[in-house]
Amino acid sequence: MDKCCCSTKSRLIYSCSRAANTGEMADQISRKLAKEGYGNMTCLASVGAHISGFVESAKGAEENIAIDGCPTTCATKILEHTGVTPTKSYVLTEMGVEKGKTPSTEEIVSKINDKIKKDLSFKVEQKNDAEGDKNSGCSCTC
Amino acid sequence: MKIEILGTGCPKCKKLNELVGEAINELGASAEIIKVTDINKIIDYGVMVTPALVIDGNVKVAGKIPSKQEITDWIKEKK
Repeated sequence: MDKCCCSTKSRLIYSCSRAANTGEMADQISRKLAKEGYGNMTCLASVGAHISGFVESAKGAEENIAIDGCPTTCATKILEHTGVTPTKSYVLTEMGVEKGKTPSTEEIVSKINDKIKKDLSFKVEQKNDAEGDKNSGCSCTC
Repeated sequence: MKIEILGTGCPKCKKLNELVGEAINELGASAEIIKVTDINKIIDYGVMVTPALVIDGNVKVAGKIPSKQEITDWIKEKK
């Protein structure tokens, strides 16, 4: 990487961990947001495991976005346990999704994704890694 | 002691490098300083925002420049 990303805003996206349909959708929405340039998806479990790089990144990012599937709001709470209050928290069950009932279809995922994009209002330039699913990228904070 | 400065060469990364150098000189500490610019190596640390400072494998800060006092304290912990 020889190009500095100084013009970018550092926005990190955290999804809950997807056991139920709500979590599955939270994951899919987070990946879609990252692919469409609305932030860099990063690993919530690593924050929960207190891996220093992930914890310090959350503390140093300009925006941390939590996408939770249900009212237990694990993503939000894990961030809060590290002393980070998410800039925005979205809970899918507050956005029309019913836990255990609403199917995770492309149509529903896209609909909620559009609502979140509208709320976030702007993209951030991101450096997606070329290695497929590793859709994360480091942002400098100049 | 191994100190790694993670970043792609932006002004903040250079400033962090300067502060680390000053802190080490003032303490008279012995440390190997490595600049890590490879994005994959940076991400392997879980670092998503740079600059970042790693001391003996532990990320001390990411996404901001710490004060020289903070850097000094972290180095003292390892001395």
